[in-house]
Amino acid sequence: MKQYLLSVCYQAGSTQPPPEALNKIMSDVMAVQREMQTAGVWVFSGGLHPPSSSTVLRHQNGEIVLTDGPFVDTKEQIGGITIVQVPDLDAALDWARKLARVITTPIEVRPFMEYRS
Amino acid sequence: MAVITRFLGDISLAEEAVQEAFATALARWPQAGIPPSPAGWIITTARNKALDRLRREATRSERQRAAQLLTEAEQVEEHDVHDDRLRMIFTCCHPSLAPEAQIALTLRLLGGLSTEEIAHAFLVPPATLAQRISRAKAKIRDAGIPYHVPEAIDLPARLSAVLAVVYLIFNEGYSAASGDELLRGELCDEAIRLGRLLAALMPGEPEVLGLLALMILIDARRDARSVGGDLVRLAEQDRDRWDESKLEEGRALLRGCLTLNRPGPYQLQAAINAVHSDAPSAAHTDWRQILELYDQLMIIAPSPVVALNRAVAVAEMGGADSALQLVDAINLPQYYLLHAVRADLLRRLGRTADAASAYQTALEKCENAKEREFLERQYQSLMKN
Repeated sequence: MKQYLLSVCYQAGSTQPPPEALNKIMSDVMAVQREMQTAGVWVFSGGLHPPSSSTVLRHQNGEIVLTDGPFVDTKEQIGGITIVQVPDLDAALDWARKLARVITTPIEVRPFMEYRS
Repeated sequence: MAVITRFLGDISLAEEAVQEAFATALARWPQAGIPPSPAGWIITTARNKALDRLRREATRSERQRAAQLLTEAEQVEEHDVHDDRLRMIFTCCHPSLAPEAQIALTLRLLGGLSTEEIAHAFLVPPATLAQRISRAKAKIRDAGIPYHVPEAIDLPARLSAVLAVVYLIFNEGYSAASGDELLRGELCDEAIRLGRLLAALMPGEPEVLGLLALMILIDARRDARSVGGDLVRLAEQDRDRWDESKLEEGRALLRGCLTLNRPGPYQLQAAINAVHSDAPSAAHTDWRQILELYDQLMIIAPSPVVALNRAVAVAEMGGADSALQLVDAINLPQYYLLHAVRADLLRRLGRTADAASAYQTALEKCENAKEREFLERQYQSLMKN
């Protein structure tokens, strides 16, 4: 089994859909998440506040210095993540496809490294 | 290769094992004689080499896995080889890999060309191509790209990706996008070989047969298309130099897939080429039928390139004026053939100055030396008259 990170991507500065549309999206996402749980592939899901809500910690001369985030200003931002545990990429892509259909923004699928004990 | 990859789950390891097996065969077969089943011998030897290696290098958990593989890997049957090659094709053409990586991997793992030969054909340094291949293999391993034939629901999309890779290889061979040679025959041959492999693996898929028919029908004109290294257009080609046995094979393949009654873009393009091949001379070409086929193609697979080819058919049916209007509506500013077609239409309409400037634009966009020479000749003859 391999774990994959499914990131919901969006363009910086893009406007959120109106509340009714957003509610519909959220309930559809929850339905996909329940489907993942039933199938036994779901590890974790969560939506993120905007990058401006972040704090960055830096190692500087032996000290840890805190500053306001984000760490880098990028055009593509992550709005939320889901982690699934499945046999291979195609299985992860099948779940990502379901998410992409309801969320309508791009989904990036990335494998976690496997550490051998 | 494909069989060993399934046993080991790792393409690089499989490749090394197969190379070692061939080296052993080279050393042993001249004295001991060729074994009754050479392919089976290579597969068994490669598998044993890989397992030796795993035992030597592996940690305990990997040794256990290797032992498990050995017990699973019983007798290799002919149909296993068949299925494994099919799996390998879908892995090599997985949409998670960049198109150039798909092409390089397919040629390397399923084709018969060396890394140096592939690099030469695509005009990249061998080191660049080797790196492209090793990165693609690493991605297959790290991303967990599976080694299986896609499920029925995904098959149409995944199959069209496979066919696109093979057709890209063919086109790169038949009309090299850049460089000094007009044709790179080794790539045409390789694409047709891959097409035959796909047709053998998926005989029930009409588009697989359609692609093979298309490539063979075009390839039949190879010798007539390049005379003394110079480009000769379809209309001016010496039809006696067309390879009649290839044409016959292409037509037969096309008839076969059309009976499956599931038309698709490759079958339609093959049909268009079959119509060309049926005409004893350019003047006898059944342009009406070709136009009808392009109309169908515009419905199921519209693209600017198809629209441009359709406009050429319209012009041949006597409508240079309406063809020009069609061409002017196509948005393909970087495609040199659009400007070349435009130039030709303007010439026919007697608009010499406009034609000259269209030839100039086409020359600026064209990167193949032989095709540039052809355009240059067209331009010069326009200026003379």
